[in-house]
Amino acid sequence: MSEAERVSLEDVRRVAELAHLELTPDEESRMSRDLSAILDYVAQLARLDTSHVAPMAQVAEVLAASADTAPNKLSVLRHDLPRPCLTRDRAMASAPETDGIFFKVPKVIER
Amino acid sequence: MNQTVSPLAAPPSIASLRRAIARRETTAAAVAEAALARIADADPAIHAFLTVDATLARAQAAHIDQLAVAGDPLPPLAGVPFGIKDVLTVEGMPATAGSKILEGYRPPYTCTAVKKLSDAGAVFLGKLNCDEFAMGSSNENSAYGPVHNPHDPGRVPGGSSGGSAAAVAAGMVTATLGTDTGGSIRQPASFCGVVGVLPTYGRVSRYGLIAFASSLDRIGPFAANVRDAATVLGVIAGHDPMDATSSPLPVPDYTADLDQGVRGMRLGVPSEYFAEGLDPEVRSAIESGIGKLRAAGAEIVPISLPHTRYAIPAYYVIATAEASSNLARFDGVRYGFRAPESDTLASMYRRTRDLGFGAEVKRRILLGTYVLSHGYYDAYYRKAQQVRRLLADDFLAAFRQVDAILTPTAPTPAFRIGEKSDDPVSMYLADIYTVTASLAGICGVSVPCGQSRGGLPIGMQILGPHFGEATVFRVAQVLETRG
Repeated sequence: MSEAERVSLEDVRRVAELAHLELTPDEESRMSRDLSAILDYVAQLARLDTSHVAPMAQVAEVLAASADTAPNKLSVLRHDLPRPCLTRDRAMASAPETDGIFFKVPKVIER
Repeated sequence: MNQTVSPLAAPPSIASLRRAIARRETTAAAVAEAALARIADADPAIHAFLTVDATLARAQAAHIDQLAVAGDPLPPLAGVPFGIKDVLTVEGMPATAGSKILEGYRPPYTCTAVKKLSDAGAVFLGKLNCDEFAMGSSNENSAYGPVHNPHDPGRVPGGSSGGSAAAVAAGMVTATLGTDTGGSIRQPASFCGVVGVLPTYGRVSRYGLIAFASSLDRIGPFAANVRDAATVLGVIAGHDPMDATSSPLPVPDYTADLDQGVRGMRLGVPSEYFAEGLDPEVRSAIESGIGKLRAAGAEIVPISLPHTRYAIPAYYVIATAEASSNLARFDGVRYGFRAPESDTLASMYRRTRDLGFGAEVKRRILLGTYVLSHGYYDAYYRKAQQVRRLLADDFLAAFRQVDAILTPTAPTPAFRIGEKSDDPVSMYLADIYTVTASLAGICGVSVPCGQSRGGLPIGMQILGPHFGEATVFRVAQVLETRG
């Protein structure tokens, strides 16, 4: 594992912690190599000047801008009304562990 | 595992199947039994199905036969055998998303698109194999084993909806639903020689689709011919209060103008899709297909989509960023797999996710977390969203000049199982012609357009503007009937 990798082992460990993933040492070096290769490829985006381009997060933004394809009501919020939802029994039917009222998990505080 | 599954004579179309059931020339039950027999016969060599549910299929078929016996009008998909990609929920049936982390999960609700099929009389044979969480271009990332291409079992069916494409190609079902985030319907349709539809973003509700990248994910049909694909899209499209991004625009009858031809249409051919990296046999097949459309009266217009080369890097930043957020919900608390014997909540999360997710899913979660993390957000995520706007603007400008755009669906025919699985960047390049439409939100279809000398299918991608599905189907229909 060279020092020059774009994503170091330390970076991989930091990101894995953020993502709640536990990696073996083999996985860590493999991910360092793979993420570096992918981000080396992604680096070509820097060649484009986008200083005057607004980021696009959603397709609806583009549709709202071209009025001929989209009615304006795309941007209207729906009414916030209560509706029936899943019952507790059905929502809990697939849970690994419950007491019938709450989902149960191992203890939260580490000592 | 090495005999090729004999391609059937063209299976009956949706319209002819429905007519035959209405006239009592056959029964939905007999059609369902034939599909079950075909699956039992062909699927051991293909592995398209993760679940086969004969009980549900027989019950749905019996309901259609009751209507037929009573002489009641039959719904539009009466008795049509379907398979559903395993990232879509069907109440009571397993939904693994190709992942161990959802092993044993039975969702308590049904996906809107699936519900619409069911209301239209479809018969569900089961759930279809796919890359884990729809992340892949070869179906080799399924935790339950790869799917084999019906045209050559040593080759991949494409991905991520590989099972959905292979099940139609092998004649196991008449139509299937798949999902497409960066090419996952169109590329396997091309590799398996069937029709695959990418509807406009917002055309089909995503409610009940296990999310990968929410601003890109779409549900669409696979079928053996263009008319069947158009018929199925007409059933599953439409507004849904359960998906705030679903469009309120009315759904047209996509079959109404199917035979109107392409005379007078302007069809764009973007130079960027015929550059380095395109297999010569694919190029020649697509050029021959373009020639057929010209002969049918279309005007072929050279165009440019100048930001195309930046689509793959922008896509892999945006898609993985959204995935890292969406896949945070798999934590072993509310459903699915939980790693046993964890002392604390934090270690239970980590061990559950480590044991439950496969390598490609972890790679994408890590990449997405990295590009969103402090210090990298502007350089990667914001940058990619800006490039996404440029790519969408390329298409908006092009569709002011042309009615539809013609490209290869994939740079090569189906590759060999194992050929690319060690090199993520090379695998990502399999999506080079499909991610652009995903980012822009426009619609498209992959339709069979010849084959390689080795007999492997080649697909043409026909792209249309937002909500331009009817135009795209018309072009595809000409290619199919003149093919």
